[in-house]
Amino acid sequence: MADETVHDNAGGEVTMRLWRGDPSGGEFADYVMPSVEGEVVLDVIHRVQATEAPDLACRWNCKAGKCGSCSAEINGRPSLMCMTRMDTLPPGETVTVAPMRSFPILRDLVTDVSYNYEVAKRIPPFSPRDKTADEREAGGYRMQQIDVERSQEFRKCIECFLCQDVCHVIRDHEENKTAYAGPRFFARSAELEMHPLDTNDRRELLQQEQGLGKCNITKCCTEVCPEHIKITDNAIIPLKERVVDASYDPVAWLGRKIRKRRKLTPAEAAASSPAAGPPAVQPPLAVEGIPQPVSADDAPR
Amino acid sequence: MTEYETHDFDVVIIGAGGAGLRAAIEARSMGLRTALVCKSLLGKAHTVMAEGGAAAALGNVHPEDNWKVHFRDTMRGGKMLNNWRMAQLHAQESPDRVRELEDWGALFDRTEDGLILQRDFGGHRYARLAHIGDRTGLELIRTLQQKAVADGIEVFMEVKVLRLLRDADGVVSGVVGYWRPTGEFVTFTAKAVVLATGGIGRSWTYTTNSWESTGDGVAMALWAGADLIDMECVQFHPTGMVWPLSVRGLLVTEAVRGDGGVLRNSEGKRFMFDYIPPMFAAETAQTEEEGDRWYDDHSAGQRPPELLPRDEVARSINSEVKAGRGSPHGGVFLDIASRRSAEDIRRRLPSMYHQFKELAGVDITAEPMEIGPTCHYAMGGIRVEADTTATTVAGLFAAGEVAGGMHGANRLGGNSLSDLLVFGRRAGVGAAEFASSRTGKVSVDEGQIAAAVDAAIAPFLRENGENPYDIQHDLQATMQSLVGIIRTGSELDEAIGKLDELEERATRVSLSGGQQYNPGWNLTTDLPSMLTVSRCTTLGAINRKESRGGHTRDDFPKPVAELGLVNFVQRVATDAGSDGVVGTPSIRSISATPEPVPVMPDDLKALFEEAP
Repeated sequence: MADETVHDNAGGEVTMRLWRGDPSGGEFADYVMPSVEGEVVLDVIHRVQATEAPDLACRWNCKAGKCGSCSAEINGRPSLMCMTRMDTLPPGETVTVAPMRSFPILRDLVTDVSYNYEVAKRIPPFSPRDKTADEREAGGYRMQQIDVERSQEFRKCIECFLCQDVCHVIRDHEENKTAYAGPRFFARSAELEMHPLDTNDRRELLQQEQGLGKCNITKCCTEVCPEHIKITDNAIIPLKERVVDASYDPVAWLGRKIRKRRKLTPAEAAASSPAAGPPAVQPPLAVEGIPQPVSADDAPR
Repeated sequence: MTEYETHDFDVVIIGAGGAGLRAAIEARSMGLRTALVCKSLLGKAHTVMAEGGAAAALGNVHPEDNWKVHFRDTMRGGKMLNNWRMAQLHAQESPDRVRELEDWGALFDRTEDGLILQRDFGGHRYARLAHIGDRTGLELIRTLQQKAVADGIEVFMEVKVLRLLRDADGVVSGVVGYWRPTGEFVTFTAKAVVLATGGIGRSWTYTTNSWESTGDGVAMALWAGADLIDMECVQFHPTGMVWPLSVRGLLVTEAVRGDGGVLRNSEGKRFMFDYIPPMFAAETAQTEEEGDRWYDDHSAGQRPPELLPRDEVARSINSEVKAGRGSPHGGVFLDIASRRSAEDIRRRLPSMYHQFKELAGVDITAEPMEIGPTCHYAMGGIRVEADTTATTVAGLFAAGEVAGGMHGANRLGGNSLSDLLVFGRRAGVGAAEFASSRTGKVSVDEGQIAAAVDAAIAPFLRENGENPYDIQHDLQATMQSLVGIIRTGSELDEAIGKLDELEERATRVSLSGGQQYNPGWNLTTDLPSMLTVSRCTTLGAINRKESRGGHTRDDFPKPVAELGLVNFVQRVATDAGSDGVVGTPSIRSISATPEPVPVMPDDLKALFEEAP
């Protein structure tokens, strides 16, 4: 978020207040590092690792805002560490970095995000229509740019899960996770529903099992999205409209009753999803029983 | 002996980037019990950073394009050092592999008549790169990831693999590694193993590569007795960010030039016209006017020299900077702002716009970018059989950047994404067929597991030893300064001396903290791979006394015809035992032997005699 104000603190020092701990608990620890021009938060974390705390756990990969690995809460705001420039933070003040609060802590700044991978498995997969004779001839589907752009917006998602982290349906409400997909996966469903080729119907599933109705469109997810995807306006609200159309429109209801359904029913769609197959994700701690997220009292802020 | 858990599969694939995912999908579709093991979370592999596109002769923009032209471009780009059969298969099969992604949900940008849009890139005669803005790698990995999840493939995330295991006959029978979150050890037994671990760029200071690109697959294959080829051929991408220092090396996609961007020096001159090599003179514009005409109509002139293959452009930038005509921070200027409308730039290059705006405070629709060469891609790697991706060790397969041969001495942009699709699929088939025909119980050697585990935990038992971060830093500095874009004999010899010292220091690392998600430990277990591949690259560079593609020797500035006919093959004597260097088989015993490049059949040779 390199926005309006840029502060040059090069040559000075910065105090990093980093959460250290594991599932059994922990606390913030301060590290004083020299300031270096143009650095992002992740650079300073790396310098802490290289000098004072080689075992400081922090997940990252590309350091370019493209992989979505280094999500954390910087001064309380869910952000990517690699895209938060130090000179956009208040000069002279301590920089606090905590792990994402909506997920169980593995160690230090690293959380167990396996919830997200489990939800992904429960979304009925892409199921394209058949190619036309012309398309078989041309060697591929024909789609117009304007028709693919809506789904392309959601396919920009880097799966940083910051939207999931900030969503107050599950933030501090662990009990909701079993019946709530979260903004990332509403966007995924929207992407598939708006895909010009897809034939699955996910509307009933969204309403009945993925908790679309629980979202009360506060737009927090859109605010923290590093890819600037308009999750609420372009994904969630249109999905809610589609679900309402499907559920409450009497003409559509009658149509469903009397017409042979072309699309899969949600039940069929769900059955075609791989949830019944072998687990696609096997995080080790799931086996040993991950402790529930720390309660609001001792959670890092 | 430390306890460990065991999993049993038919095919185990190491690495979940494009090649690994594509291999897993194929092996699973053939009915084999398939596991995907990756060092990070699923969907975060380095493929995600690919920007410009996947090269495939679809002919959607230029109907005259076909696999033969693509094949010819690839071989010439690789300075004819390529394995011709790999280049042929790649050119023939990449269109199907790209179209197949669409059947799995990928949404490429479209042409006017609704087909997959293709863009121009360096070294490709026709607009050939299927793309989605400048985030093609993300689309590719997400599509494959979602397909793999839909197919029910088992994924083991955040597992660092330490060693390949071989049975009494020397056939690969599994791997041993540890879960990064818990630090607990884990083994996988397998009838066939596919290495899809990507590149080696992490051993240089300025690189486009993520932390994962430590050369694990190349190193593990070498330790297990496999042949490596062309390790000296490392691509320095011409356009990496140079400022601020914290992002130095970060990739600036070639699509900027494909879409009209030009390179200028501090005098404002488009200097690439001064660096057109004879090999490409006939197909390169001689004036700015001709080059500019080409963007709108490829039949109205030849392509501008900014779109020469990457090795040529990177060397030219290096020369300009050396001649004192560089930008303030030691690069040159890449200008798209004066060539395209702001709206066009934001639509075609959204990630670049975002990246410069947020990380450098530069608006690329209004000002030029400062860029310079950055370590990007290993052309060399594990020697494979083209059709099956089989390595020289039974039961072991390799696909994607970890494999050598496909790209020769220099890779063309866009060919890596199509490479990993084509050979990822072939690796899945090759491994599945090998696994299906393998009889008898797969056995692993407890001694090999114990040796790997002991070596991994040894640093916790030491005190007051070396800091692994210091060793990594010094290794990167060594490779950057002595085995970088321009090399010379005396510096390469000096590098070997430094590597000897670094290897010795790596045996003295001591660690604090536990085994749970400990980055210091994770780095310590990556160091053996990094040190091994660095030595291989340096040895290859010492042996290749010429300049070819990504390998440039100051003391041998020209290509040597005879050397263009050989690959330098590297291997260790696996029975030499460990020499105490980072607990691996004796990497001091690596030999580099020149062996003939496979000879192309006459019908393919004829393609090079036609006009450009």
